[in-house]
Amino acid sequence: MSALDVNPAGHHGDEEELDHDTLHITVGGYVTGFVLSVVLTAIPFWLVMGKVFASSTVTTFVILGFAIVQIYVHMVFFLHMTSKAEGGWTWMSLIFTIVLVVIALSGSLWVMYHLKTNMTLPSPEEMRNMP
Amino acid sequence: MVDSTATLGPGRAGEAQALRFYDSGEHHPENGTLLGFWIYLMSDSLVFACLFAVFGVLGRNYATGPSGAEIFQLPLVAVNTSLLLLSSITYGFAVIAMARKRVGGTLAWLAVTGLLGIGFVGIELHEFANLIREGNGPQRSAFLSSFFTLVGTHGLHVSFGIVWLVTLMWQVAGRGLIAANRRRLMCLSMFWHFLDVIWIGVFTFVYLMGTLP
Repeated sequence: MSALDVNPAGHHGDEEELDHDTLHITVGGYVTGFVLSVVLTAIPFWLVMGKVFASSTVTTFVILGFAIVQIYVHMVFFLHMTSKAEGGWTWMSLIFTIVLVVIALSGSLWVMYHLKTNMTLPSPEEMRNMP
Repeated sequence: MVDSTATLGPGRAGEAQALRFYDSGEHHPENGTLLGFWIYLMSDSLVFACLFAVFGVLGRNYATGPSGAEIFQLPLVAVNTSLLLLSSITYGFAVIAMARKRVGGTLAWLAVTGLLGIGFVGIELHEFANLIREGNGPQRSAFLSSFFTLVGTHGLHVSFGIVWLVTLMWQVAGRGLIAANRRRLMCLSMFWHFLDVIWIGVFTFVYLMGTLP
């Protein structure tokens, strides 16, 4: 029964709630999540330690991609996220948080990168040779 | 004033009754604790997002000190990562044992999880102690300040998770798997897996990307 179903009998007890929460948790789910995580962790470590790509930029984007996939795997297999849990409120708060995290991270990096490249004081040498 | 209230009284009472009928059909999500704890975790991830942003901005400012490539020992980080990953699945097994109402199994898997967590914190403290002994403490450069703040905050979370876990083992051993204890175990489960998710960001963003030239 989803949390938003009409329930004229009133609140059901703690027992029922928790059983409902743990119903879809299985050994298989955890093992699948674990195996996927091991693979998704091992590949980035191998890429960096084995210096597989010559370009740092390529490696950076590939390992960031692996990190995002692994975070998704953890959310699904370990944290049991679904868009239905708690009547959709965990989902809503997750989406909201992701938006804030993306703004905070990309905004900081973007703004500070431009500050650094455009506002670094020129060295004395550069000052002397200025037009 | 008194008169008008008196006149309106019966009408309002009628409305209230109609509303009460409507109300009894609609329900809030009832796992208030788990949803509330989830929202705490979301606010915690904002804390970590800020620390990640700080590291992203300052992580290459070495102040003539060492770079990540010079001080990070990736094999050790790999061991640490596998400890935390293993502790996630052992906590999962504890939750499964809990769902099957097996007190012994729950306690055993919680103990394994706790030991893996202690191993993780131990290796991290060893790494920190080495860095500080070599003069690469948090005061050395902006890179090391932000590194110690971010990784230290995560380590502190894991340490408190272990304290919580031991407390819960005590509670489960004493009172069994009563509803309150199961709710607490589910909250700690979310906390523990959440820390693993943060660690994915740490080893990717700090250790692996910090090692790259």
